[in-house]
Amino acid sequence: MSIVAIENLCKAYQLGSLEVYALRGLDLSIEQGEYVAIMGPSGSGKSTLLNVLGCLDRPTSGTYQIGGEDVSKLDDDELSKIRGSRIGFVFQSYNLIAQLNVIENIEVPMFYKGFSEHDSAERAKELAGIVGLGDRIKHRPPELSGGQQQRVAIARALANKPLIILADEPTGNLDTESGSEILNILGDLHKRGTTLIIVTHDDHVAARTERAIHLLDGRIERQEYNHKR
Amino acid sequence: MHLFGVKRTVKLGIKSLWMHRLRSALTTLGIIFGVCSVIAMLAIGEGASQEAQEAITRLGSTNLLIETVEPPEERADTGETQRMRSFGLTYKDAESIRNTIPNVEVVVPIREIDQEARYLRRKVAIKIVGTVPWYREVSSIHVVHGRFLSSIDLHQQQSVCVVDEQIVSGLFGFEDPLGKDVRIHGNCYRVVGVAGAAPVGGQENGFDSSMQAATGSDGGAAGSIYLPLSTSKSRFTELTASFSGGSLTIERVQLQKITVKVKSTEQVLPMRDILDTLLGHLHKNKKDYRIIIPLELLRQAKRTTLIFSIVLGSIATISLLVGGIGIMNIMLATVSERTREIGIRRALGARKHDIIVQFLSETLLLTLVGGILGIVLGSLIPFLVTHFGHMRTVITGSSLVLAFGISAAVGITFGLYPAYRAANMDPIESLRHE
Repeated sequence: MSIVAIENLCKAYQLGSLEVYALRGLDLSIEQGEYVAIMGPSGSGKSTLLNVLGCLDRPTSGTYQIGGEDVSKLDDDELSKIRGSRIGFVFQSYNLIAQLNVIENIEVPMFYKGFSEHDSAERAKELAGIVGLGDRIKHRPPELSGGQQQRVAIARALANKPLIILADEPTGNLDTESGSEILNILGDLHKRGTTLIIVTHDDHVAARTERAIHLLDGRIERQEYNHKR
Repeated sequence: MHLFGVKRTVKLGIKSLWMHRLRSALTTLGIIFGVCSVIAMLAIGEGASQEAQEAITRLGSTNLLIETVEPPEERADTGETQRMRSFGLTYKDAESIRNTIPNVEVVVPIREIDQEARYLRRKVAIKIVGTVPWYREVSSIHVVHGRFLSSIDLHQQQSVCVVDEQIVSGLFGFEDPLGKDVRIHGNCYRVVGVAGAAPVGGQENGFDSSMQAATGSDGGAAGSIYLPLSTSKSRFTELTASFSGGSLTIERVQLQKITVKVKSTEQVLPMRDILDTLLGHLHKNKKDYRIIIPLELLRQAKRTTLIFSIVLGSIATISLLVGGIGIMNIMLATVSERTREIGIRRALGARKHDIIVQFLSETLLLTLVGGILGIVLGSLIPFLVTHFGHMRTVITGSSLVLAFGISAAVGITFGLYPAYRAANMDPIESLRHE
């Protein structure tokens, strides 16, 4: 069964009296364990699709099922819950909380999911180790390099064992070396069975994925499958 | 929100407040001063109220005070250079009250004369209080040493006196005043007793002295010397002369006061009317006396102090409100500064409710800390006022509760809006916020 199932998804924005469609009837299905890239020029609806996929935004029409649950009609609190438990976010600008150290940043999603203090601390430490930051758990984001910060963000995204990880230009702010480190980590996650959706401009990034979905004007223009595995 | 969440939220709140120590401290200051002024003002108000009530209670709640007042000046005839005015309470008034009105327990006639008392080389300004042995029943003075005036003193016009504790050191230094002779206006009076001032409260308080001004006692004298009424009648003239506008006015007053005591407080008000009728008759409706009822003064004082407390309390509450607005201001700034953090938290699973709790708890922390510090400081200020301002202050438990309650209410009220704003920000917009 598809982990992400989107049917005839539309998203319209009101610009004054004008209704602007960012997504116009999009069908998409992503399987468990898939590694997918979403590509397209700016204005193609990438960000909108990502927001809808991440349950940050509700579609105007159409259905979106994640893990078999239709989330297109859920209210704000329920969407928050879905975000916290089923989706892991990795942002281009890391979006760590500057006041909190590595461990505490990783703990944020677990806090909202209601983990006990002890359990979340344990898991955060474990995750910091997985992304290779076991020796920097007390550092705060400003004391870390971009690559390290993004690794914290990945650890944070994994905290609640989400169904999918949404990465929005995860290497966009990084130099090539740290960028490829991050891609390696994502690749490892994929090998362990995590479902990854990555939004990118970069063909090199897309080349590492199994499937590249090209968007244009709010529709899927084409899909490329990489069979080099 | 489970207990663990509360603990975490509080920890988080402390952390982010600590990040902006100066800002938090300055914000808290508004609440500190607000709470502090609520407590201090209520304490001062309460102190003044208690002091007033005690001052009035000292006058006696079953007493009626009749005082001589100077009647309105009759049109002085031009060219007249010497006038004689005779007014005020008389011995006959006291006699009539005693003999004609039932329910009167005691009637105490009082003569007051400003004089100078000498002992050896020392002299002090005093007020002679010529009265009767049962004066003590209507007054709160008590005898510290020796005895008070006796009936024998009164009947035999003895040259004895009871001195006020207040003038003992000024007149006698470290000597024991008992048995010494005090010289007043050329005559010697043997000290038979020392009377203590009223057992509660001081006399330096503003309200107290205005009370005494109202009841006509203590005209700049250092203290009082009590003489038998009969002695004071025979030794001191009832005439006082004064020059004004080139004309000599001689005033003749027999008694300055008559205090009447009734059995119970219920009889006080009817007695006023009875006394007024009787005296009006005796004085041919000349308004040269007035009747003061401590019980009524007490009611008035209570009303006055209530208004006083309300006014002070309102001023303090306004300052607390200002403090609250300060908090709201800062919290709004904090919210917009942390827009991105809010977006991140929302993306990571925080509900609106969680964001509200987070920001509200920060505001509450600020106000609670401010409230506690304000209570500490607010309890110190009345102490200082008492110490340096010689005003009585009373901190009541209810004022602490009130101040703390108001500060908590301020925290919730003014914290709610910023928290609400934070929670209702669009997570997508917030995440994009720089």
